Amino acid sequence: MDTKAFQSLDCLPGTLREAVINLLYRLADDELVIGHRNSEWTGHAPILEADIAFSSMAQDEMGHAQAYYQMLHQLGEADPDTLAFGRKPREFRCAALVCLPKGDWAFSVLRQFLYDAAETVRLTAFVESTLVPLAQLATKLRGEEKYHLMHGRSWVLKLGVGTEESRGRMQAALDVAYSCALGLFEPTEFDEPLAQAGIAPRESELRRQWESAVAPVLADAGLHVSEAAKPVYGGRVGRHPEALKQLLDQLQLVYNIDPTAKW
Amino acid sequence: MVVAVEKNLGGLSSAEYERRLEKFEARINRGEKIEPADWMPDDYRQQLIRLIHVHANSEICGALPEGRWIPHAPTFKRKLALLAKVQDEVGHGQLLYRAAETLGPSREQMIEDLISGKSKFSNVFHYPAETWADVAIIAWLIDAAAIINQTMMAEGSYGPYARALKRICYEEAFHMKHGYEMCVVLANGTKVQRDMLQDALNRWWTPIMMFHGPSDKESKHTAQLVRWKVKLKTNDEQRQQFLKQFVPKMLDLGMKIPDKSLRYDKASDTWLYDDPDWNEFKKVVNNGGPVSQERVEARRLAHRDGQWVREALAAAAERKPVPMPPTN
Repeated sequence: MDTKAFQSLDCLPGTLREAVINLLYRLADDELVIGHRNSEWTGHAPILEADIAFSSMAQDEMGHAQAYYQMLHQLGEADPDTLAFGRKPREFRCAALVCLPKGDWAFSVLRQFLYDAAETVRLTAFVESTLVPLAQLATKLRGEEKYHLMHGRSWVLKLGVGTEESRGRMQAALDVAYSCALGLFEPTEFDEPLAQAGIAPRESELRRQWESAVAPVLADAGLHVSEAAKPVYGGRVGRHPEALKQLLDQLQLVYNIDPTAKW
Repeated sequence: MVVAVEKNLGGLSSAEYERRLEKFEARINRGEKIEPADWMPDDYRQQLIRLIHVHANSEICGALPEGRWIPHAPTFKRKLALLAKVQDEVGHGQLLYRAAETLGPSREQMIEDLISGKSKFSNVFHYPAETWADVAIIAWLIDAAAIINQTMMAEGSYGPYARALKRICYEEAFHMKHGYEMCVVLANGTKVQRDMLQDALNRWWTPIMMFHGPSDKESKHTAQLVRWKVKLKTNDEQRQQFLKQFVPKMLDLGMKIPDKSLRYDKASDTWLYDDPDWNEFKKVVNNGGPVSQERVEARRLAHRDGQWVREALAAAAERKPVPMPPTN
């Protein structure tokens, strides 16, 4: 691995710059969309304590999105608000997992767990990134992510072993979510240059680490991953479930009254 | 209005009851807090349960009108602030149900009473939040009115409620700043934004004027609550405080207050206003408001859809505790 460090975003040569921009869109859009989905539970969760915890994590995810968009802005893209509120669905680079509607509580907590495990694997790798601003941000975000993962793991285990109904709901959720979660690791044309420059590991490598992280928890919860589970790809090149358009219509409703106004 | 009520002596002789009551009132007069295990008259307990329960209900119903706008918040700053605010309101609900539990009823029972319509929630949350500007008006003016009420109640005699309110007021102060800042931006914005803000105030003015409850000549609970330091100011006193603090600020922002008779009377140092229709208020708080049924239904759905989750958690807790992963 090339150990040359990029002290700032300005140090990136042209080809890597494009790759980093693509990577940051993937990261930011995933965070924004899952944060939005989780915030849909605010005021409606099964117990007040869960309501509060989910709102808290939604704020964290949105804060992470904002931080990644800010890096994009430093790389010459529009400002964070314009990037979140002013783009069309096909311009988004998020995975299908985060786009799906919130479903029941089983689906939302399971999705959050699978997502947080992926984020933890990614952030842990980014801490060693040769791109210094990314390594610094990852170090900060990883502290929050630790608690998200503990939260998710605890819910998966409790609902997995709780009652027949809760186990059934969790298994049904897993049957839908697992394939979509594999789509978080959709390979892109930028995998090789990013890996060779030591900025980010290959998606295939991250997927391998993620699988070994989630498998024991799912097993302890008595949940089975279908052998037929195939990754749902397309998100990283702008092909999304219809649900993303509906979500963005909601997200951008007030902004679109007057995108030039100060709100 | 004087009503002869047969006192619930809790199995005590009349003389013993009077002796304890005297001690209890002396403690309150000395400014001491009453704690859950202390003796208290049944009336005191019941009044506090009613107040704290309604307050807790209001927090979790109050999360709904603003929560509806979280998905539409137009910038990161607004989205994060609104999400944090609504989260705080749910947190206040949790804190208050716990405070009420110290007096007897369980949270489960209190939520059942809310969704069966047996217990009430604040009048203002029976109205819809129709536009983004409603979020600004709610966060500024309703939170302001709530702070006036709750800062007063935080000096009250029941320890667990007073302590919960101290923390709640601290957070509400942030909400009010967030709301005021949103109003300032809208008031200085485009014509569409200014009209949106005025329209929101036009719809919210009457509910806000009703927020502190019926005028003193109609309010039946106040006298005893004041004596026991459950409540330290009358409804009208709180309303006056609100008008004094906030009418000038609203006028500064160029907002027009939709009450033609509203004026400051120098001689009495009070604001004169058109007394709201208190029959309307009673109808609204008895779940006859524009979106009362929708609010109760939202709470009922959350509770019903969460039933299997609560059952699963209870079942899981009986098996074995879930070990926490290493935290390094």
